[in-house]
Amino acid sequence: MAQADDVLLATPLADRHVALGAKLVEFAGWLMPLQYSGILEEHRAVRARAGLFDLSHMGELFVEGEQAGSALAFALVSDPRSLAIGRAQYSMICDPEGGILDDLIVYRLGPERFLIVANASNAAVVSDALAERVGGFRAVIDDRSLATALVAIQGPLSARVFAPLTEVALDGLRYYSIAEGEVAGVAALVARTGYTGEDGFEVIVDLDDAGRVWDTLLETGKPAGVVPVGLGARDTLRLEAGMPLYGNELGRDGTPFEAGLGRVVKLDKDVDFVGRAALERAAAEGPHKKLVGLVVRGRGIARHGYPVFAGERATGLVTSGTLSPTLGEPIAMAYVAPSDAEPGTILAVEIRGQRVPAEVVALPFYHRAK
Amino acid sequence: MATQGLRYTKEHEWVRVEGDTATIGITAYAAHQLGDIVFVELPDMGRQVTQFGAIGVVESVKAVSDLFSPIGGEIVETNTELSKTPELVNSDPLGAGWMLRIHVADMHQLDSLLDQAAYDELTKEA
Repeated sequence: MAQADDVLLATPLADRHVALGAKLVEFAGWLMPLQYSGILEEHRAVRARAGLFDLSHMGELFVEGEQAGSALAFALVSDPRSLAIGRAQYSMICDPEGGILDDLIVYRLGPERFLIVANASNAAVVSDALAERVGGFRAVIDDRSLATALVAIQGPLSARVFAPLTEVALDGLRYYSIAEGEVAGVAALVARTGYTGEDGFEVIVDLDDAGRVWDTLLETGKPAGVVPVGLGARDTLRLEAGMPLYGNELGRDGTPFEAGLGRVVKLDKDVDFVGRAALERAAAEGPHKKLVGLVVRGRGIARHGYPVFAGERATGLVTSGTLSPTLGEPIAMAYVAPSDAEPGTILAVEIRGQRVPAEVVALPFYHRAK
Repeated sequence: MATQGLRYTKEHEWVRVEGDTATIGITAYAAHQLGDIVFVELPDMGRQVTQFGAIGVVESVKAVSDLFSPIGGEIVETNTELSKTPELVNSDPLGAGWMLRIHVADMHQLDSLLDQAAYDELTKEA
């Protein structure tokens, strides 16, 4: 993905965000909406009704060819060959030392055709790494990150609002599935995936069609209380849902095992993959730190980078923290020593020089009602 | 009007002096920039503070920012409502969202603060 360092990329919906009164911020080289009406209001709208997200900054990479599945089995820690057509899996791409380059979702579109959706901040890294790793296979990568838009509708009313607008049969589209079909009269890929802890859909369309899809969803959803939602609420929603964010919970200096995501790594694959030897060692050794959920039991909000103590002993660092809009309590994720990671353990977060008690809790903080 | 007699810091605190007591808060501009305010940490009563010294913390969902005192003196009152309803800072920053009161040591310190016109100019640029 070619990208000048000093020029911000704009999504095809940027003018609409401005017209909707969004506060725009720079994120991963893109000009993105941080919030419209306010983070709390948007967050609550997604939990109670549904929200509309512009995620066009994310990377979309198509991998095609006779050996596309094998190429991905070599490039990623999971085994996309095991995916049925129309299904998706959460995966990671690691470096040879087992460090995480990105976490991503792989969708199988056909026998020889896959789609990878990568974080905006890592889209270029993923594109380069895939190009290098796929080189020895009969497969090609089509990086369509700058040619596609991604619009998500998330929240309990998503299916009701979205169903009349698409020819995809949503009843038959299970969680972590994808189908091709028209949305608002334009060709689209519709996936039942998301990053909020709610039911919802992610719609991938050509850049030129993004405005039509966004406008139709927003207009149709308005009577049901659907509102546009920015990156601010996206972060608080994913944190309540216990979902890791690359750069906070995940990075090159950590392995999937430490993040509690060892299940993603298929060490029993019958083929070699990048990072295998290092990840086998890491799995055998056991994690040196563990990702936990914390609920602050005193006054204050734990934030990224704040130290965590077990008694007088430093045990780790907070990776993400906020006041949970749903629970009304300060919540955080943190890496701590494995011996301090048991739910119920009382630790302390150092907030501006004060040690404030915080309890280790099981993730996620929020479960949606089924 | 609500802004009558207010003076401002460049860090977006306001101060209103009545007698020898100064009431302090953050401006509507600052509250809007911060977004939804969810936590306000204020100093203990009786503490002596210097002009432009840090006296507290205001946290929105997204960010943490320091609160600086527009004027020196002794803390005589804090707005305890804000521990339960910090959103008052967003809804009524110049009224119910006030943060603390200070017994002013030196009224001349007011001269180094921005008046309404200067503050309007500052926030227009930003």
